[in-house]
Amino acid sequence: MAGHSTYEPQNAGAKWLERRLPVLSLVHGSFVAFPTPKNLNYWWTFGGIAFFMLVVQLITGIVLVMHYTPHETLAFLSVEHIMRDVNYGWLIRYLHMNGASMFFIAVYIHIFRGLYYGSYKEPREIAWILGVLLFLLMMATAFMGYVLPWGQMSLWGATVITNLFSAIPIVGDSITTWLWGGFSVGNPTLNRFFSLHYLLPFVIVGIVILHIWAFHVAGNNNPVGVDPKSEKDTIPFHPYYTMKDLFAIVVFMIFFSWFAFYLPNYMGHPDNYIEANPMVTPAHIVPEWYFLPFYAILRAITFDIGPIPSKLGGVIAMFGAIAVLFVLPWLDTSKVRSARFRPVYKFFFWLFGFTCVMLGWLGAMPAEQPYVALAQVFTALYFAHFLIVLPVLGLIETPRKVPDSINDAVLGKTGEAA
Amino acid sequence: MEHTETAEPTRRDFLYIATGAVGAVGAGALAWPFIHQMNPDASALALASIEVDVSAVEVGQSITVTWRGKPVFIRQRTEQEIAEAAAVPLSDLPDQFARNSNLEDGADASDANRAADGKEAWLVMVGVCTHLGCVPLGQKNGDNKGEFGGWFCPCHGSHYDTAGRIRKGPAPENMLVPPYKFTTDDTVVIG
Repeated sequence: MAGHSTYEPQNAGAKWLERRLPVLSLVHGSFVAFPTPKNLNYWWTFGGIAFFMLVVQLITGIVLVMHYTPHETLAFLSVEHIMRDVNYGWLIRYLHMNGASMFFIAVYIHIFRGLYYGSYKEPREIAWILGVLLFLLMMATAFMGYVLPWGQMSLWGATVITNLFSAIPIVGDSITTWLWGGFSVGNPTLNRFFSLHYLLPFVIVGIVILHIWAFHVAGNNNPVGVDPKSEKDTIPFHPYYTMKDLFAIVVFMIFFSWFAFYLPNYMGHPDNYIEANPMVTPAHIVPEWYFLPFYAILRAITFDIGPIPSKLGGVIAMFGAIAVLFVLPWLDTSKVRSARFRPVYKFFFWLFGFTCVMLGWLGAMPAEQPYVALAQVFTALYFAHFLIVLPVLGLIETPRKVPDSINDAVLGKTGEAA
Repeated sequence: MEHTETAEPTRRDFLYIATGAVGAVGAGALAWPFIHQMNPDASALALASIEVDVSAVEVGQSITVTWRGKPVFIRQRTEQEIAEAAAVPLSDLPDQFARNSNLEDGADASDANRAADGKEAWLVMVGVCTHLGCVPLGQKNGDNKGEFGGWFCPCHGSHYDTAGRIRKGPAPENMLVPPYKFTTDDTVVIG
């Protein structure tokens, strides 16, 4: 379904450009005439919403840099300066701060949509893997961005996360010192995080282009999970999906604005309005909400596993929770993509969603019983979903009848009114 | 000039390999400055040593000083605290080593090996939890000192005893004793 463009340049300027750099036909083939399944529901708009949030973060971020000072004695003050003195600084910072959360909300929905409808399956594995890579880059960028205001949570969050690397045998301490540029998180750390926080979003833009390219080769997946078979199954991307995405973005902007204007600090921590103090750790260190499930997995490993000490075990489990996503296309043995036709998988999908929500809740709880035991149970469920349920389910589950085409599904010819 | 599998290596093959090898060495040599620039710089290393006046620290009191950007706990322990720590059998300790920079690497984690040389009341250690680097509570009177009366790390629940040894929780090691010495009865030089 690659975008075979029918674009014919009309005016002399476009013809001149097209002969030298066919960028107009590339855009036309990818985002105007691109044949898109006609049954995409609103869950498919979250890719576009995520892209919109990336642009919001880039614009607000570049503006913030015009007023921010990356130095341990000035960073906290410069953020307060942005909030109080810079014209509309409060607005731009609150948009950027809440924009990060909105970006994660959109991306998490986008990921779960991919899980539900089997969008990671053949032939879209590369698009999925690039997506997991984007998720990792987003987490790195968000983590380093949270350090920049140089509040207590910035400093101690950075301390805890960089100390994860000290769990690596033999070279761990050298790596941690190298990351810090000192013997603790300090000015050199702040400076390099600022540099990378500015760099990584542009890397993300590049990989987003590859991500879109990859799924444009196979064409979009769709709620039925059946590839388009004829022209009756598709509609051009513009105006149908440009308008649908735009409408969804506007609705999402209302949700975003509600936080940015009425609850700007709801998803933050009050401790981050206290300037960083390397002598005092806040009583309760909690990462941003979008890291909580992984934080719960990190803390769930309180026991040694053979020769692996618990600290290293926790780090392996946390990174493993993301690493397992890279091989998901090969762990799921079912050929049927959409959960609509996989009754047993549908149950496990929702169980997995519940597992992630519970891990998120447990990540915010103190490291005490019964939370630790619960986190261990849900960590086991998390990994079991990928390593046991998905491989076995594809072999034993009897899927319901899959419609012959998208058109049949839309017209209800299988008894499955879509 | 037919080039077959059995042909002798030519002058050109040699030049390709030699050029590639020199290029690889050059790229490696150039990469090192870009990696090493992230290590602690001269100004960070210059902060390596401090002198602390401990004359005001009474029995049962602690102070916290900054060394290399990290807190260092200095405590003059009570008789009871020393007795408690000394009474613990080594087999009860999760970490068997003293982690004392002033002793041999393999020294055991007895109370005497943790405390200052010849001054068992004094405990000097880097106040950083060996789990993920938080500063444990226990320096102030009202603090939660954990189940063993020493220090308690609020981040992930590590309990340290009155000799700064890990007793319970995720931290793998006893808190580090930095290189230091008492130059007089009232002065400690750390680093």
